[in-house]
Formats: sequence, structure tokens, C-alpha cells
Amino acid sequence: MADILTSPHVGADVQHGKEIDYIEAKKGIWSWMSTVDHKRLGLMYLWAVVANFIVGGIFALLVRITLLTGNHGDNYFISAELYNRFFTLHGIVMVFLVIIPSVPGALGNFVLPLMLGAKDVAFPRMNLASFWIYTLGNLMAIGAIALGMVDTGWTFYTPYSSTTNGPVSLMALAAFTLGFSSIFTGINFIATVHKLRAPGMGWFDMPLFVWGIYSTSLIQVLATPVVGITLVLLTIERAWGIGVFDASKGGDPVLFQHFFWFYSHPAVYIMILPGMAVISEIIPTFSAKTIFGYKAIAYSSVAIALIGFLVWGHHMFPSGQSQLASLIFSFLTFLVAIPSGIKVFNWLATMWRGNISLDTPMVWAVNFLLLFTIGGLTGIFLGALSTDIHLHDTYFVVAHFHYVMMGGTITAFLGGVHYWWPKMFGRMYNEGPAKIAAYLYFVGFNVLFLSQFVMGSNGMPRRYYNYLPEFQPWHVASTVGSWIIAAGLFLALGNLLASLRKPKEATDNPWKGTTLEWQTQSPPIEHNFHDQPVLHRAPYDYRTPVSVDREIH
Amino acid sequence: MLPEQGSQHARNVDLLFMALFWLNVFFFVLVAGLAIYCVYAFKRREGVKTPHITHNLALELIWSVIPTILVIGVFFWGAAGYLDYAVAPGNSLEIAVTAKKWNWSFTMPDGSVYGKDIQIPVNTNVKFVMTSNDVLHDFYVPAMRVKHDVVPNRYTEVWFNAEKEGTYHLACAEYCGKSHSDMAGSIKVVSAAEYEKWLVNGPPEWETMKPEDLGKIAYEAYGCNTCHSVDGSKNTGPTWKGLYGRTEKLADGSSVVADEAYIEESINYPGRKVVAGYENQMPAFEGQIKPKLFKGLIAYIKSLK
Ligand code: HEC
Ligand SMILES: [Cu+2]
Ligand SMILES: [Cu+2]
Repeated sequence: MADILTSPHVGADVQHGKEIDYIEAKKGIWSWMSTVDHKRLGLMYLWAVVANFIVGGIFALLVRITLLTGNHGDNYFISAELYNRFFTLHGIVMVFLVIIPSVPGALGNFVLPLMLGAKDVAFPRMNLASFWIYTLGNLMAIGAIALGMVDTGWTFYTPYSSTTNGPVSLMALAAFTLGFSSIFTGINFIATVHKLRAPGMGWFDMPLFVWGIYSTSLIQVLATPVVGITLVLLTIERAWGIGVFDASKGGDPVLFQHFFWFYSHPAVYIMILPGMAVISEIIPTFSAKTIFGYKAIAYSSVAIALIGFLVWGHHMFPSGQSQLASLIFSFLTFLVAIPSGIKVFNWLATMWRGNISLDTPMVWAVNFLLLFTIGGLTGIFLGALSTDIHLHDTYFVVAHFHYVMMGGTITAFLGGVHYWWPKMFGRMYNEGPAKIAAYLYFVGFNVLFLSQFVMGSNGMPRRYYNYLPEFQPWHVASTVGSWIIAAGLFLALGNLLASLRKPKEATDNPWKGTTLEWQTQSPPIEHNFHDQPVLHRAPYDYRTPVSVDREIH
Repeated sequence: MLPEQGSQHARNVDLLFMALFWLNVFFFVLVAGLAIYCVYAFKRREGVKTPHITHNLALELIWSVIPTILVIGVFFWGAAGYLDYAVAPGNSLEIAVTAKKWNWSFTMPDGSVYGKDIQIPVNTNVKFVMTSNDVLHDFYVPAMRVKHDVVPNRYTEVWFNAEKEGTYHLACAEYCGKSHSDMAGSIKVVSAAEYEKWLVNGPPEWETMKPEDLGKIAYEAYGCNTCHSVDGSKNTGPTWKGLYGRTEKLADGSSVVADEAYIEESINYPGRKVVAGYENQMPAFEGQIKPKLFKGLIAYIKSLK
């Protein structure tokens, strides 16, 4: 704290010209590998997440290509064993290496300290450690892929996972390791939010992005240890035959599911809350209007984080858990849906009578609103007991969680990347291709996953290599959708990368945002701000016009 | 949108499904309509100042309370349907199911064991008591809207009452490895008379099996193995090894050569001729063993020299 208050006043005059930014401040690969600058770490997470997203995406495309036909003989070029590995790796890579670190790791690291007016996170070295632990976990996962891949499904259900061949233990330990990265980041953000807010910034003066990331961090710290120990127990069972989950060794396979979902349901919120956090920034900025229901959105994040711990059993309705437990879990599941619904209405009310500019980030935000709403609404079918029994473990579930995880989080992440891109790199991308990419994504997404809703309600189970002929048209549609979405994503990525060859001409506040990250140069200097910034206006306060340049210096 | 309906339960589930579908459509149109309307109606114009509206209690109450009431209603509706499905009525026909990678096997109430294709009577409560020999599987009959995991070292149950004759697809819905997607079966719902006939004839494999192999199945299915050995050792009953053609001393002092007629009589009415040195403990099997299996038993005993 004291450190911040006495930060050196670099350049005495009020009108600073462009100064050396954080990217150019130090040179050489080592300066990146050993950096404790949250902005550089944010970029490193960004590139790692993008690389992993491409890998996870390739696995998805391979799964979809396999499913163009549903009657593979024994000699099809993608065998059943290979197919099982593809969908497993698609899940593991996307969940543990992409979605969980995407918004917090890349955008959170970059933006959160800036939003609080801080010089860095509370524990910069721990932040660096978190990145390298992530990399270690990443390498372990790559190792497990190189050693022949695993076929357990991303859920690692026992006793299949305790008995199948392949580097399952290595993969489980990779996820275990990645969990530590997640915990480190969570602790760091919690401490940062508590301790490093700019003078005058009370809890309700924080941008909603910070509230979202803060709630996420709480879950990360509280829930991740549970999946960690579960995966270690699985490894012990595999290594030394100690029966924990394997029925043939006296273990209980259903216990694994309880442990696993005790983490993995909250993990759903680890994944979606940051997405909601991004949307809560984009919508007021591009509506040039104050956020509607600030406190409702802030509190609902925390409410989701807490109630989210009590609903894991909704993944286990047909598993043999007691009927009473199923009833209670179903009820609580409906309760946790309410805060998410409230957020959607708040965002709409924010847009209402706004002054809306449909720039690329806002296109992504509208994509989010539509896709996430479908994801949330279809969750009602799965929360209700009698319909869930029919839909459980079918493509309906697959479509539902893709609408939430991809339609929600990944969409918001892409919106966030386009939103903060000029701040991160000081350059503007071309709006034309960026918007076309967003529209392609939207169309491809719905072709890809709406057809899966149809298949699922018709009883098509998930993780199927062969399927009944009546499903083929829908599978073909779904696969075509995957190509459209891939085209959109490559266009978005190529367009962003192309902008890096342009001169750094972005203004400091191109979207006229009200939060503190726009009150420093684009890209920021190494120490973020010259002076300790003070809160110059409440977040999302558009009562006085906002300029594309800085208002404070 | 939904598979064919095989039972009253399926129709109940579908009613809720369709109600939720329209609820979904309504809210989606509301949200999407508002979002798209806003984007066009409030398109950016320079110099426009937006109103500073931070909240509106009435509005917020409306959009919190109405969805809450709706979802609580949905909860009760879903729970009611679930409770119907969760507990099998006491008078159900009970079929034991064993799942293993990657096949189903069914043991019918008469002890006969079938592979993945079975028949059940129409308009009858049928309960499946399931367990797995290896990993998790899941018994899923889409037309009946029932699904339940099959777990090793545990018995789980699922039941339904098929109201229409027809053949219904059975699928494994819990990932179980390489041939998970091929772990299918069929449940043919037939009239009570046809079901009885099917039971008598037995599974199709029986057509081609040698009688003594059928006899071995019956030996286990009817529990003869709990009292009779086939290796010569003495148990509650005499061993079957070398029984055929042997001269048996009976408890009343007479003796008899074990020919087919004697063996048949011993199975149907064990008390009539009790072998010396044994108690009259064997239950009478008269009329209980399928003819095919009965013949098989005799052939099996004959083969044990
Ligand atoms: C509860 C034990 C028990 C069961 C179960 C049982 N038996 Fe027996 N069985 C006996 C006893 C004890 C005897 C000897 C007394 C008698 O003859 O009644 C016997 C005798 C016989 C004999 C005459 C054997 C001889 O040496 O003359 C035959 C044949 C026979 N059983 C067939 C069967 C068949 C077939 C089954 C299965 C469908 C069966 N048993 C089930 C106890 C049993
Ligand atoms: Cu969940
Ligand atoms: Cu299976």
C-alpha cells in the first residue's frame, strides 16, 4: 500500500507524451520469462491460451469429422480408440488449459490492477510462479498426449479411469498441477482487490469486472483443492492398487463423482463468472450509459459463487445417489439460476435508452447475450428432475454446456480481447473483418450446437463413435457448423495478428470507457500510471462526456 | 423433436419438456428481441446524452420474483415426474440385468438368461435390477424416458410400464470405452401370451445349441448346482457324475437302474424314489422347467460319464 502511495512521479509535467511502454521497457526473451509485470504475464497467458485453444479446437474438428458418418467399420481411418482420445483431449485442453485461465489469466492479469489503479498485483512473484506452474501443467499434458493420449473423458470417471491403459496418471497430475496455478492466481487477485484499490475507491466503486474476477477467485481458492486431492487419489489407486474408487478393489465409484463435481460444478462458475465480468464492462461502455443495477450484478456474482457450491449433485441424478439428495440438488440448482437471469435483465436495461455503438466488442457482447441466454434457459430442462433423466448424458447436455462455456465464456473472452486489444498493444485492428468474424462465429455456433439439441432430445447419447442412421443429417449439419465457426475464429485471430504490424496509433481511451485502465497510455507504461491515480469518476458514470484521451494524468 | 412415447411416464415427461420448450422460446424471444431492438433503436448518435438510471426497484423485483416463481413451479413438476419413475411398484416383473464391456445380459424371472435382445409383456410393470461386472454403464431406453447408471458392486433399479407393443432401442449412456456406442440392445414389447411363448422357446441361441449345453445352463439357472456336483463329490444330493445307467439303492431297500424315465421322475417327483443315504430334501420341479431345458438336463446328465 505504502509503496503505491509514494510511487515516483515520472515526468513532472501534466501532459505526458507517449513514453516507453511495458512491452518495450525491457528487451530479450529472459526479460519476458522472468517478468513480474502483470501486463506481460497477461500477454503470456493470452498467447498460451490461444495456442491451447487451437490445439483443443483441432481435437474438436477431428471429433466432428469422425461423426460425419455413424457406421464406421473396423478399418475407418479414425478408430474408436482414437475417437475416444480426441473427445477426451478436446475436453481436457479446453477446460483446464483454455477456459479456466482465459479471462482471469489473460485479461484479469492485464486489466485488474489497472482498473484498481495499482502498480501491479499484490504478489507479483507469485503471479510469475502461477504462470510457470501453468506452463509445467501444460507440458505434462503435452507429455501425456505424446505418450499415447488418454481415453477417460475429461471427467476421469472411475472405475474406467482407474483401469484403462495409457498415461492417465500423468494427465491427472497435469490437471492437479494446473489447479495450483489457478489457486495462486485466485489468492493473488483476492489480496489485490482487498489491498490495492486506489485511494477513494470503495468496494462499490470497483468496476464490475473486478467483482466478477473476485468472486471467481473465491471459488478457485475454495474448490480447486478438492479436485486436486481427488485426482491424486485416482493416481494412487492406479499406481499402488489402493481401492478408493474402484469397486473391484473395494472402492466406491460414485464417491469419485461426488468429489469431482464438488469442484467441477463450481468450476462452471470459475468459467462463466469471468465471462459475465467482461460483458459487464463492454455493455455500459458501448451503450455510453451507466450500468443498470450495479449492486445487483455485484452481489449476484458473489451469490452465484456461494450457492454454486451446493448444487454439484445435479450431475448425478441417474447415478444412484439418493432420491432425497436429487430433490434437494434440483431445488438448489433452480435457485442458482436466478442470479444469472437477473444479470441478463440488468444488461438489457443498461442498453435500453443507451447510445449504442455496435463496434466489434459490442458485437461479441450481443453474441454473448443471445448464446448465453440459450445456454441458461436450456439448463432448466436439466435442472428439472424428470426431464433430466431423459436428457442426461445425451447431446442435449453437450449442446447446453457448449452454449454456456463456449457461447458464454469464450464469446466473452473474444469480446474482451477485442475490447482491451488497443490498450494491450496500442493498435487498432480492422473493424470490418473483425465484425465479419463475429457474425460467422454466431452463425457457425448455432448450426453446430442447435442441431445437437435436436439430437439430444431425440435420445442420442454423448461420446458415441457409431450412431443410429436417423441422426446422420443432424451430425452432418453439426460438422458443417464446426467449419463455419473455425473460419470465423481464424479470421478473428488473423485480423488481430495483422494489426500488430501497424504503428501504435490507438488513443488512450478509444471506446470512451470510464474505468481506470483507460486513464493511462496505450499501451501502458511499465508502472501503469505516473502517479497514484485517484478515482476521477464512478465507473460507468456518463453524466459528463468522456474523452478519447486521458482525463487524469 | 422427441422419440416415440412408449409409456404413460414418457408422455408425462414430454408434457413438461414441451412446456419448458415454450418457456424457453418465450424468454429467448424476449431477451433477443430486446437486445436487437436496443441495438437498432438506440443506435449511436454523436452528442446524445444517456439517462443516468442506476436501478429501479419495481422492475428488479419483477424480474427476480417472476422467474423465481416459475422455476420453483418447474422444480415441483419435475420432481413429481421423477418420483413416479424412481420407485418401482411392488408387483413388478423383475428382470436382473448385468452389464459388462460391452454387452448386456438379462436374467428372466424363470432363471433363463438372455443376451442383449429381450421381450417383455405389454401393460406390465417391469423392473430391472442392475449391476455391472466392470466399469460404469447406463441403461437408457429413450422411448420410455428412463435412464439409470449401472454400477459395479451395487444394485440399481429402473422400471417402466410399456403401453404399446413394439421394439424399443436400449442404449448405454455412460461412457465405458472402446465399444460404448455399440453396447445397444432391444426390448420388444409383446402381448402376455406371446411373452409366455417366447419364454418357453427361449433365446434364439438355444435353437442351435447342443442339448447337453442347454442342460448345463439349466443346471445353473435352476440351482441344481447347489445340491448336485458333476465331479463325483458328495453334496446334499448325489453327484450326477456317472449317474446315468448306475444302479441306485433306494431308501426303501429296493434298487433301480437310472434310465431316462427314472431321472425324469426324480426331477418331477423326487419324493417318490429317495436314494439311500440321502434326505428327501429336493424340491419338486414338476412343470417348472422349460421342455427344452428339461430335455437338455437329461442329455447333460447322460453326458457326465
Ligand atoms: C435342495 C437340494 C437339491 C436341489 C436344489 C436339487 N436336488 Fe436333486 N436331489 C437332491 C437330493 C437330496 C436327492 C436324493 C434324494 C432323492 O432322491 O430325492 C436328489 C436326487 C436327484 C436325482 C436322483 C439322483 C440319483 O442319484 O438317483 C436327480 C436326477 C436329481 N436330483 C435331479 C435334480 C435336478 C435336475 C435339479 C435341478 C432342477 C435338482 N435335482 C435340484 C437334492 C436337490
Ligand atoms: Cu453443474
Ligand atoms: Cu457405455
